[in-house]
Amino acid sequence: MKPRIGWDDGFEEASRRAAASTLAVARRRGLVDVGYTIVDSPVGRLLLASTPAGLVRLEFLDGDPDDVLEELAETLSPRVLEDPKRLDPARRQLEAYFEGRVHRFRTALDWSLAREGFSRRVLETTAAIPFGSVSTYGEIAKRAGSPRAARAAGNALHDNPIPIVVPCHRVVPSGGGVGKYGGQEWRKEYLLRLEGALAGP
Amino acid sequence: MKLPPFQRLLEEHRTDVYRFLVASVGRQAADDCFQETFLSALRVYPRLRDASNLRGWLFTIATRKALDHWRGERRRPLPVEQLPEPVAPEHPDGDPELWKAVGSLPPMQRAAVIHRYVLDLPYAEIADALGISEEAARANTYEGRRKLRSMQEVTA
Repeated sequence: MKPRIGWDDGFEEASRRAAASTLAVARRRGLVDVGYTIVDSPVGRLLLASTPAGLVRLEFLDGDPDDVLEELAETLSPRVLEDPKRLDPARRQLEAYFEGRVHRFRTALDWSLAREGFSRRVLETTAAIPFGSVSTYGEIAKRAGSPRAARAAGNALHDNPIPIVVPCHRVVPSGGGVGKYGGQEWRKEYLLRLEGALAGP
Repeated sequence: MKLPPFQRLLEEHRTDVYRFLVASVGRQAADDCFQETFLSALRVYPRLRDASNLRGWLFTIATRKALDHWRGERRRPLPVEQLPEPVAPEHPDGDPELWKAVGSLPPMQRAAVIHRYVLDLPYAEIADALGISEEAARANTYEGRRKLRSMQEVTA
């Protein structure tokens, strides 16, 4: 006798539902250290991740999210789970920002992924640049406490774990032009234009 | 040691774990056992030392939950007229008699047979999942199959 044990699937769908209700319980019990979701935006797909402390990462997704998720698992906690609900407030604010209805993000931030010290001060200084205005690398370096460290300020901004929300796109070279951007320059241009900080079409 | 994001583990193995649990404890209890399996896994995941066989690790937990469930069923005092039917999925595409027979096997043999013939796992992985030696996995599968065969001959 060859046991014939098997039946047609319905298990894909049933296990998806079971996984969703498991996630709901995991969330209630505080077992989700990093929740994430992927949203569409005018500058492409964005991966948003947050910890119980706040928004910890925003990534421009040009490919699949595996690399970012692995990085989050390695640097924060492997308990990384898809959790759109947790990201709802951030997602709504971003939507409103892209529609020009919101000029300031009011979402709690988790700075865990920013390097301590100068880098962190650069990012915090940058977070205070208002919608529609720009600053320069030199100016930011000065306000962060090291007037001659414009290049280091540039590097810190390039490694900004939460772009858009921490508006590193508002920092431009003193010599003109939009300058470099970790998320590709066309995005920086788009954001500056959206904010009216860049003239012309 | 790198542990993958838990979401990936869930996506890669949820369907097989679910299939295993339906085969083991029936549709009714599968959802609860599934939830307990992944919550237990999630609870200890950051402290896990060995990432080399995460699938085996998940199935070990799922098997333990299934065994707990069977023990619980046995402990629960039931009036005679409500004696539970041996567990079987509601819509198996296999032979319902065979499913009944599988449900009547002792826990280890039942688990081994399901791992072998539902999930098509090699003995090394069955051993990992059940926390027994490969030899014992083979013996339990063999013994379970032998009993199934004799039960089928009786009903045939």
